[in-house]
Amino acid sequence: MGGYGDVKLLRDDGKRLDGRAIDEMRPVTIEAGVLPAADGSAMVTHGLNVAVAAVYGPMEAHPRKIQRQDRAVIDVRYNMAPFSTGDRIRPGFNRRSREISKVTAESLESVVLVERYPRSKIRVEIEILAAEAGTRCAGITAASVALADAGIPMRDMIVGVASGKIEDTVVLDLDKAEDNYGQADLPVGILPNTGEIAFLQMDGDLSIEEYNLAMEYNHKAAKEIHEIMVDALKRRYEGGEN
Amino acid sequence: MSKGQVGAELRLVTPGMVVGPSSGKRAGSGMIAENNEFIATRVGWLNEQNNVVSVQPINSAYMPRSGDLIIGFVAEVRNNLWFFDVNGPFQALLPMSLAPWKVEFGSTRQHLGIGDAALARIQEVDETHNMVLTMKGVGLRRLNEGAVVSIPVNLVDTLRGDNNTTLSRIRDVTDCRIIVGDNGRVWIHGDAENMHVARQLIQTLNEEGHKKTFESAVQALENERGEH
Repeated sequence: MGGYGDVKLLRDDGKRLDGRAIDEMRPVTIEAGVLPAADGSAMVTHGLNVAVAAVYGPMEAHPRKIQRQDRAVIDVRYNMAPFSTGDRIRPGFNRRSREISKVTAESLESVVLVERYPRSKIRVEIEILAAEAGTRCAGITAASVALADAGIPMRDMIVGVASGKIEDTVVLDLDKAEDNYGQADLPVGILPNTGEIAFLQMDGDLSIEEYNLAMEYNHKAAKEIHEIMVDALKRRYEGGEN
Repeated sequence: MSKGQVGAELRLVTPGMVVGPSSGKRAGSGMIAENNEFIATRVGWLNEQNNVVSVQPINSAYMPRSGDLIIGFVAEVRNNLWFFDVNGPFQALLPMSLAPWKVEFGSTRQHLGIGDAALARIQEVDETHNMVLTMKGVGLRRLNEGAVVSIPVNLVDTLRGDNNTTLSRIRDVTDCRIIVGDNGRVWIHGDAENMHVARQLIQTLNEEGHKKTFESAVQALENERGEH
């Protein structure tokens, strides 16, 4: 049965509480260039999550002690708006947002050609306007579209997706109830063209078979989200024959 | 793996998109070669010329190169040099020895103060983005009058046109002196009404960003003004 208490997360017909199949993703929409003042920006809605990312730079890195003589540093700030969840979130940095900022920055550094911009800083701001489980994935997807929109050279874009386990069943893309009462959560950052992993975190336990199945779901979802990302960038410039 | 649209010669690519095999060709800007394949690193239009495959980016930050003609604003003044904001990631340095005047140590402020605009050329850029400017050269000077407007760096070529043809048409039709800096800053000088017309024209370029729309805007202005 369920991971905690008697919470039932799978219906008798094998579907999930919101009617999705076990390998079905929540609807995703992406729009590029939503913030005119930023050098690049994007908004991602993933189910009920809304994430907005803004990119500024490359600019001179301040304070000087963070400068690297051979590459750019990526400064990511992930933040959840106070009104993003039912319980008001105290504004400002906390332990969780610090962690997510760090993993996001490190995964973006693996795709951005940081060696092109020594001594510079690329600022990435991710703001979660509405949260319903999976905000770090929505945030990283938004950040990579915003970086592409800003014209920052990258080896590939990163797609954030998550799978997990509820009632001993591996499912794709956990929603809030499944995240809270499920048994495991496996968010990953996937480079869609090569299938490489830019970040991987696991909360809970998965057997090797379950892990492999979860990753199979993640790779499949990453391809779908990647097409939406490419489409968003194309839509921004459609008709723009230069 | 999604491939770019193969439209009429134009193909929009996004970062990470595999563009094709790299055999016998070279990777230009916005392109890297990995495992014998070309991979785009930017959003832009695919371009292939003289065996070099590159991406013409749709949006890009200004990256200074030596020889660029730029319009800069003085950001900081020291006793023997000036620092310029050149719309790049780093400030550029103009030593008093490369200024067009005879400058005494300590009298730099008499020639250029903070906020002043100047037309300069980039003398050298090193690999860590240290930039040295020069104002010794034909036409390089302090900009005392006129207005400076900004455009995205990737639209500089559109504003100039092939061999500066579009730019000279704009100069003729607006009766303004116009200098386009490689760093996306444009200096306009003329009488108030003409300057207003020129700025509006550049504003359409900023808003539309497309070559065709901009050229038809120039054409429309020529027709309108030709009748008077």
